[in-house]
Amino acid sequence: MLKVWRQKGSHVNGGFETYPATDISTDMSFLEMIDVVNEQLTLDGKDPIAFDHDCREGICGMCGAVINGRAHGPEKGTTLCQLHMRHFSNGDTIVIEPWRAKAFPIVKDLVVNRSAFDQIILAGGYISVNTGGAPDANSIPIAQEIAELAMDAAACIGCGACVAACPNASAMLFTSAKISQLALLPQGKPEAANRALAMVRKMDELCFGNCSNERECEAECPKEISISNIARLNREFLKAGLVSAVK
Amino acid sequence: MLDAKIPSGPLAEKWDKHRFELKLVNPANKRKYTIIVVGTGLAGGSAAASLAELGYYVKNFCVQDSPRRAHSIAAQGGINAAKNYQNDGDSIRRLFYDTIKGGDFRSREANVYRLAQVSNNIIDHCVAQGIPFAREYGGLLANRSFGGAQVSRTFYARGQTGQQLLLGAYSSLMRQVAGGRVSMFPRREMLDIVVVNGQARGIVVRNLVTGEIESHGADAVVLCTGGYANVFYLSTNAMASNVSATYRAYKKGAFFANPCYTQIHPTCIPVHGTYQSKLTLMSESLRNDGRVWVPKTPGDQRPPDQIPESERDYYLEEKYPSFGNLVPRDVASRNAKAQCDMGKGVGETGFAVYLDLADAIQRDGKEVIQQKYGNLCQMYEKITASNPYETPMMIYPASHYVMGGLWVDYNLMSNLDGLFVLGEANFSDHGANRLGASALMQGLADGYFVIPYTIGGYLAGADRPEITTDHAAFKEATQYVTERTRKLLSINGNRTVDDFHRELGHILWEYCGMSRNDEGLLKARTLIQELREEFWKNARVPGSSQDFNQSLERAGRVADFLEFAELLVMDAFERKESCGGHFNEAYRTEEQEARRDDENFCHVAAWEYKGDDNDPELHKEPLVFENVELTQRSYK
Repeated sequence: MLKVWRQKGSHVNGGFETYPATDISTDMSFLEMIDVVNEQLTLDGKDPIAFDHDCREGICGMCGAVINGRAHGPEKGTTLCQLHMRHFSNGDTIVIEPWRAKAFPIVKDLVVNRSAFDQIILAGGYISVNTGGAPDANSIPIAQEIAELAMDAAACIGCGACVAACPNASAMLFTSAKISQLALLPQGKPEAANRALAMVRKMDELCFGNCSNERECEAECPKEISISNIARLNREFLKAGLVSAVK
Repeated sequence: MLDAKIPSGPLAEKWDKHRFELKLVNPANKRKYTIIVVGTGLAGGSAAASLAELGYYVKNFCVQDSPRRAHSIAAQGGINAAKNYQNDGDSIRRLFYDTIKGGDFRSREANVYRLAQVSNNIIDHCVAQGIPFAREYGGLLANRSFGGAQVSRTFYARGQTGQQLLLGAYSSLMRQVAGGRVSMFPRREMLDIVVVNGQARGIVVRNLVTGEIESHGADAVVLCTGGYANVFYLSTNAMASNVSATYRAYKKGAFFANPCYTQIHPTCIPVHGTYQSKLTLMSESLRNDGRVWVPKTPGDQRPPDQIPESERDYYLEEKYPSFGNLVPRDVASRNAKAQCDMGKGVGETGFAVYLDLADAIQRDGKEVIQQKYGNLCQMYEKITASNPYETPMMIYPASHYVMGGLWVDYNLMSNLDGLFVLGEANFSDHGANRLGASALMQGLADGYFVIPYTIGGYLAGADRPEITTDHAAFKEATQYVTERTRKLLSINGNRTVDDFHRELGHILWEYCGMSRNDEGLLKARTLIQELREEFWKNARVPGSSQDFNQSLERAGRVADFLEFAELLVMDAFERKESCGGHFNEAYRTEEQEARRDDENFCHVAAWEYKGDDNDPELHKEPLVFENVELTQRSYK
């Protein structure tokens, strides 16, 4: 049995509806289970449940919903599309809700608008290089451990689970992952101070909450991004505020 | 009529010479030009960013909620470049040759050579963007060898190379959005292209949130909308990947080239049920260490650990001693099918073969293997609930990539003036089969290093009348799109759109998949026509056009697939040879390998739309090889 949040748009109130989910195989993914329910709703002349999804292999970051109170469901390090029905039992009631955060208004049902994440990146989540002028790729050696740490942070898929899981709806894990990746690498150092200040400022402006070290984000992140990135963000931010020429 | 505009002169100097000969746009004039880029994958994202850096005003569209989600993100294995950092004999010439040969001599020499040339610039640029490629202990970039190559030229970022390259392009794109040179239009689907005086001048899109039909005008349109592998229903492509943008361009006069060149990837997780919505690829880098085998006796039901070494058939190693498990994708796929057709397939359905890491674990230790393939093994375990370090993985081929696409010349412009096509959406560089780690290379080459030059040559050279979106051509396109949407919503039948798509996939996989024959292709054509007819009578598309309506989005895409599939089958029928991803059973060597017919089919087949009631017209662009000798591919 499914209890699903249905809401027609951002300006109208939503509520839970209950639907039966029958003939569900344990090998199905969670989204395939919703597909099956939607096929039936369609044939019954009802409006199918809207939900975002695309690659269905855990990398595009498009899918996501709160399942029984957990972002992306009960499995650790798993996106919703990679959660399989074998983790549920016959007869379970499953509650499905969208990400809930002021910065992520609901578009319809389980679909939310995460463009605030793009706003944070465009505040400074890049290295300012134009195409064409780069030196030979091997001209700057980077220690393997540093490259690996940067890669750990870069693995973020921008799904928004960290925000949904945080009691403050903070985007610190997301923001810190990008700041960390670029601050760790020599290429990112010239703009590190500016980047930290601008991205954090933007994050606040977009109504994301503050970090109060609840660690819920790390626990629910499908890519298991570490909160040590938040510590690095704080260091970068402080450093930028204290000693940098940029204000 | 089809002029590829390949520059004259020696192969290695063509691109340099051409860049010099292309007209330049005065820097002050660039800001007056608007360029539409549809798609934000590796090709679209890199093109939009690079064009904006030059000073053009770019309007960039995508169907997802953010440009960071395009399907390029799912590419796992890596990106090729002719850096020769490993000192193992690589060169631009070798990358060129491998790509031409891998493509079974059905691509253009000049395009492929340019691709190999700019491959090195891509790596430089991506490192400068902060992409955390894998590195050696000394701090230099690491490489691995990849399906079909005997040198180590593949750069990678764990099993997430596509993600990292895409996020690099996305970050450059966001920088341009911040600078006001790019306007981003997410959750928009291109539904038609607008042609005025034979020139592409804009697009009509549907706003997927409000349902509004919007018109956007420009001086040139760049399509980077990916491939059509989802025509098979089950594929490794993302759910929203579709043919609609390129197919609508085809219906507006752009030629569609080589639609029958589809790539079936050998290492995917096998199908397990009818509800299945997509297939998951396991990077073929696994074939570097994994050994492919099946039981020697057909119908052997024993679990893999109970089949002794002597009763296992390592058929790839046996048949291709020099390449072994690393034979190109088409060869590996066909052999897997052949084994299963003989009844030697494994797993519940019998449509799977083993990919076994046991020997590699014994040789290098579990830790080394985990470091190389950790995330792949984890993904496999999540999906199948089976541990690949203990039990061999089961794999089976799946539709994965398409080499066919809109016809383009050396400038990546289609036969429609002002319509450029980049990345998987064009046909240009991979011939009849793409080598591993070459898709990322081509997408980024097109976007970062080709289009910034060639589009300037077009804009500086062509006269275009001043128009606005009030022009009759925009009105007409809007009307067509609105009417079609209304029609889809009013069918009100008894079958869901997905159900039609599933059936279409079955038809193509059965008759136009890894192995094709004339009789099957003819049958497929009839079945597709019947299915299409039923679709317009019996599909059920719920909801309204003025709303966020995912069923309507899918219906439009499936309706296009139902038309396009026929073109694919016709192209396969016309090509009376076997080459790369196109294998017609009537044309094979004594060793059962693909037999090309260079005498009669050494050409690009480019199809021109002639109206819904007529067959399309076939145009041929002869392929001229001046620098390589056409040989029968052999991986023995």
